[in-house]
Amino acid sequence: MSLRSKDLIGLEELSREEILTILEAAEAFRTIFDRPIRKVPIMRGRTVVNFFVEPSTRTRISFELAEKRLSADIVNFDASTSSLKKGETLRDTAENIQAMKIDMIVVRHSSPGAAAYLGRVLKASVINAGDGAHEHPTQGLLDIMTMRQRLGNLEGRKVTIIGDIAQSRVARSNIYGLTKLGAEVTVCGPPTMVPAAISRLGVKVEHDLRRAVADADVLNVLRIQLERHSQMVFPGNREYHLMFGVTEEVLRHTKPACFVMHPGPMNRDVEISSEVADGPRQVILEQVTNGVAVRMAVIYLLSGGDPRQLGGGVRAGGRGED
Amino acid sequence: MEWNWKRIPAEYLVANVRLCRDGKLSARPGFLHVQKGRLVALGLGAPTREDLPALDGGGLVCAPGLVDVHVHFREPGQEEKETVATGSRAAAAGGFTAVVTMPNTRPPVDDAPMVRYLLDRAEETGLCRVFPTAAISKGQEGETLTEFGDLVKAGAVGFTDDGRPVMHGKLMQYALQYARMLGVPVTCHAEDTTLAGKGVMHAGYWSTKLGLAGLPRLAEDAMVFRDVELARTTGGHLHVAHVSTRGTVEIIRRAREQGVNVTAEVTPHHLSLDHSCCRDFSPLFKMSPPLREQDDIEAVTQGLVDGVLDCIASDHAPHTAMEKELMFDQAPFGVVGLETALAVCHTHLVRTGKLDLGQLVERMTSRAAATYGLPCGTLEEGGEADFLLFDPDEEWTVQPELLKSKSKNTPYGGQKLTGRVKATFLRGRLTHRDGE
Repeated sequence: MSLRSKDLIGLEELSREEILTILEAAEAFRTIFDRPIRKVPIMRGRTVVNFFVEPSTRTRISFELAEKRLSADIVNFDASTSSLKKGETLRDTAENIQAMKIDMIVVRHSSPGAAAYLGRVLKASVINAGDGAHEHPTQGLLDIMTMRQRLGNLEGRKVTIIGDIAQSRVARSNIYGLTKLGAEVTVCGPPTMVPAAISRLGVKVEHDLRRAVADADVLNVLRIQLERHSQMVFPGNREYHLMFGVTEEVLRHTKPACFVMHPGPMNRDVEISSEVADGPRQVILEQVTNGVAVRMAVIYLLSGGDPRQLGGGVRAGGRGED
Repeated sequence: MEWNWKRIPAEYLVANVRLCRDGKLSARPGFLHVQKGRLVALGLGAPTREDLPALDGGGLVCAPGLVDVHVHFREPGQEEKETVATGSRAAAAGGFTAVVTMPNTRPPVDDAPMVRYLLDRAEETGLCRVFPTAAISKGQEGETLTEFGDLVKAGAVGFTDDGRPVMHGKLMQYALQYARMLGVPVTCHAEDTTLAGKGVMHAGYWSTKLGLAGLPRLAEDAMVFRDVELARTTGGHLHVAHVSTRGTVEIIRRAREQGVNVTAEVTPHHLSLDHSCCRDFSPLFKMSPPLREQDDIEAVTQGLVDGVLDCIASDHAPHTAMEKELMFDQAPFGVVGLETALAVCHTHLVRTGKLDLGQLVERMTSRAAATYGLPCGTLEEGGEADFLLFDPDEEWTVQPELLKSKSKNTPYGGQKLTGRVKATFLRGRLTHRDGE
């Protein structure tokens, strides 16, 4: 099967089968990274606009690389120099971009709902690269891909997400995706960062970090969004590190095979100690590599690519037919 | 004599209508006799005079012109959203003949010339009685009291910093003391801004799911509690605007039982919509206070039925289409409501059996007028001929583009409602006729 929607707004809207389709395609694209030439002509002649209204470094680079490896033409739209700064509405800006005949827009915006809105008003495909605290679906997918590479089927596996759940789009996308694949999700953080209603999304809430990690197969450690918070939401970095920082000591309370993920960029020695960040239990750079593959898969599938043609890996010839 | 809609004379009859008076809808047909803008006679049966032109009401309901104690007409300063003229037209289309305007214009209504300006504009327009409220504090900045005495003399019917909650407790106390001396209410837009924070929708399941910052019920309840206690201490009249939570209903219920001088209003949208409406991030469902949960809808409905909440007010808050094209977190708070208020309440309260039509009309006329002591909202001999004709059975679908208001930001677009205003009369003159 392929994807039902022309857009990827969130993992909430995807079915379990669609998630698996994307992940299988991502595994196929992942194989070309080990070749001397890491490029396929699948998206030749198609134009993708990276529309980043909120600043981002790594997500944008990851999307750009994915687009380049698919041979797409790319335009980068920088919010700081854009007409949005001059008072133009999001709709006007987006419709102007679309009028220049493009095929796909990757959007990052500080407002929840921005990607869904563009998906409704534009004919082009829209990929959500993060909309406020709502969703960041490609991050959720790359996290799940990384977990599956280590654990195989996630049915019954235990994933603990640690940090600022309230402000985290990564947490929401992880929760939707993981619960659809049968994983058991626990969220952990100070009560000021864990909204009361989060348990209604089908997760367990635990405020004691050591208890939260005890049975976990994976820890997904979120970035403390220092820039998003009013000063009052927690007492400060030092105390956060003492109570919720993932350190070697915390890892001693986990199962030996439990590994550590982080979506980046890290606040070292706040949510994660440098020892753990550089240690043997982390898979952070694997996540980064998988991110490019996941984004290639999403772009490929949304532009009408047939997942069956990727079966044995991707041939340098492109769509698999030549 | 022949009735001509185009040339309505100074003296005429309205016959074959079901009169709605004192909270009761008459089952038998009756009539009105209008002379020079006043009701010189009304009653059951057929009119006795046959020499006058008579409008045949065809069995429609004839109620006092509706009174809305909470509207924003945006003039002066934001005429792109609404003016006294367009707002009055919307009011007439909704069956309203009197409105209380909020003072948060630009600049705010904080001195007597501003009040006189609004009264002049309303007089010029002539479609609706306009009763302005004035700001509690100069510039609505929450620091210095406005000239309450001078403002009341100019025609202000009450004081409020609506839209900008009064965080300073002492200022609110002084306002209640001063207003008590002058015999007018102080209206609170109850919201503790420190608890509300950057919230944009009700704090709960949907805000969590959508990643939108939440407005907790407590931001409203805590402020209502403070203001009710200030009213108790000062003896001033507190009017609580747009009640949206069960907690606030309970605080007001208890205060009224104890004799505190507190009145309250609730909006049609808080009686009929809940926070799940925000699921598609549409700013047409963004208002302050926000749409709450089913439990709150039940509580405010019960409060209205019991009389703990006096009346229904639309909180008509026009915003341009461009503003409502913004993202949910960036769009302004507020929805228009004048033209849908009666039909929404009829559909959600009367058709569901919670109130009968007479009780609903009372909560949109005399009880509303009483909160600000306004001289309107009844049908009585010798009184003003402000009335409307209403078809309780007509079904219609809300089409935003057909609204008379300058702004079209209704949350009811596409919804089917039952009950339609067919005509509105102010001082005996036609101000709205359905289809025109």
